[in-house]
Amino acid sequence: MTIFLVNIAQILLMVLAAPMAAGIVKKMKARLQNRQGAGIFQPYRDLSKLFGKEMVLADHASWIFRAAPYIVFTSTVLAASVVPVIVVDSPFSWTADVIALAGFLAIGTFFTALAGMDIGTVFGGMGASREMTFSALAEPALLMSIFVLSVTAQSTNLSVMIHHILDAGILLKPSIAFALIAMLMVSIVENGRIPVDNPGTHLEVTMIHEAMLLEYSGRHLALIEWATQIKLVLFATLIFDLFFPWGISTAVATIALLTALALWIFKLILFFVLLVIIETGLAKMRLFEVPQFLSTAFFLALLGMFMHYILEVGAQ
Amino acid sequence: MSQILLQQIITMGAALMLLISFALLAQKRMLSLLHWFALQGIVLAAVTALVAYTSDNTELYVSAAITLVLKGMLLPWVLWKIIRQMHVHREVEPLVNIPVTMLIAAALVVFSYQVTLPIEHLSHLITRNTIAVAMANVLLGMLMMITRKKAITQVIGFLAIENSLFFAGVGATYGMPLVAELGVAFDVLIASVVFGLFFYQIRDTFESLDLNKMENK
Repeated sequence: MTIFLVNIAQILLMVLAAPMAAGIVKKMKARLQNRQGAGIFQPYRDLSKLFGKEMVLADHASWIFRAAPYIVFTSTVLAASVVPVIVVDSPFSWTADVIALAGFLAIGTFFTALAGMDIGTVFGGMGASREMTFSALAEPALLMSIFVLSVTAQSTNLSVMIHHILDAGILLKPSIAFALIAMLMVSIVENGRIPVDNPGTHLEVTMIHEAMLLEYSGRHLALIEWATQIKLVLFATLIFDLFFPWGISTAVATIALLTALALWIFKLILFFVLLVIIETGLAKMRLFEVPQFLSTAFFLALLGMFMHYILEVGAQ
Repeated sequence: MSQILLQQIITMGAALMLLISFALLAQKRMLSLLHWFALQGIVLAAVTALVAYTSDNTELYVSAAITLVLKGMLLPWVLWKIIRQMHVHREVEPLVNIPVTMLIAAALVVFSYQVTLPIEHLSHLITRNTIAVAMANVLLGMLMMITRKKAITQVIGFLAIENSLFFAGVGATYGMPLVAELGVAFDVLIASVVFGLFFYQIRDTFESLDLNKMENK
């Protein structure tokens, strides 16, 4: 029974802490660029303001446009519920594996794109076509890099994979290093961060993700923004689970859970520091270079897979 | 150092060799192609030195040193000089577009793994798993020679094959005898000089290094 409570607590933690995480990223980025920046609780204020605001709907908006924010938010929360944050073997993680997880995220992307096209504005359609082009390439790369770990652990279930890595100890494995790099590249694309897309842009022509959301306002916009923030924390947690699971609690015990929580926050902050350095240091790449970036990620993951079979399983 | 750790580092080196072979195929600019080629020489030298340490083989240290100087520094430098002097166009011109080349390359890796598996079962060295990677590298070098238009990129492909053969030698048998090693190194050096002369001849006669023009003349 307690494990259910812990599981629900960890989902709530991820959902409720996500805006703060976004605030921390923004604050760190501002400090690195010698700006003061808004406080780390600003995203909460933004969200509560948006929730209270009146919505403006276009006359042509169909039910898809109105349903999309709820579908996007729900699918993201469902995806988040599958990922172990502080405890392995959580009941929800047994209900779906990583393929289902990628599926949840794909549903979100699909409906965002549909909503972008639904209104019939130029920018919405443009954003949708770009997003679809990239996610069609990002998904194989994401799955391939997860599969590298799946074949090692011989399971696609996250809890089993985490147990396998915890048992194996720290190993210098080229396959996992390649998969990690591929995964980082994909998560930059999936979250629309800087070398690929700029989440803070106001220039419609350069937008990818934001272009689809231009017509949204009020409650709908708040839900989609919140989902985007959850997605960032979700990807970070997924990377920790797959590549650095050390510290995650294997049993429901208060001290282990608290340690796991502290370590999760610590890893999250390290991840954000890396993200902020990348975002500040790199310029946005040309749109037509993104498919190349993604195919590099795919081939790195594929090489990781080869490495696993050739060098690590090999002729033993 | 423990045997397992050494094996893991050598495995990492082999993985890097394969990564570099893929990177060589993916490059669009001549200069970055040369950088990756030089890196291949350096990684090869590092792996050779590690294998020399593991097997206590003094001759292999000499091979590693020769590899570092010749393939990591001298040959890339000579090629860079040639590119500079002959004003070769900076872009690499592939015959088949790059993503397709990469897919072919991936298929070649699977093929070479399948082919070398029986050989690996015969070996007991800790480097035996690298044989398939070396074989794949040879095939990728050949792929590069086939799918590039210019003489210089084809020569880089040839030299990459030579690197991979050396790597195969190190992985399969802890290196060839030093005499053979020295002979091959000298051959490569002479070959690069001959290639250089050929480049000048080709350009003087056909006013381009594009080999397709030779056929159309």
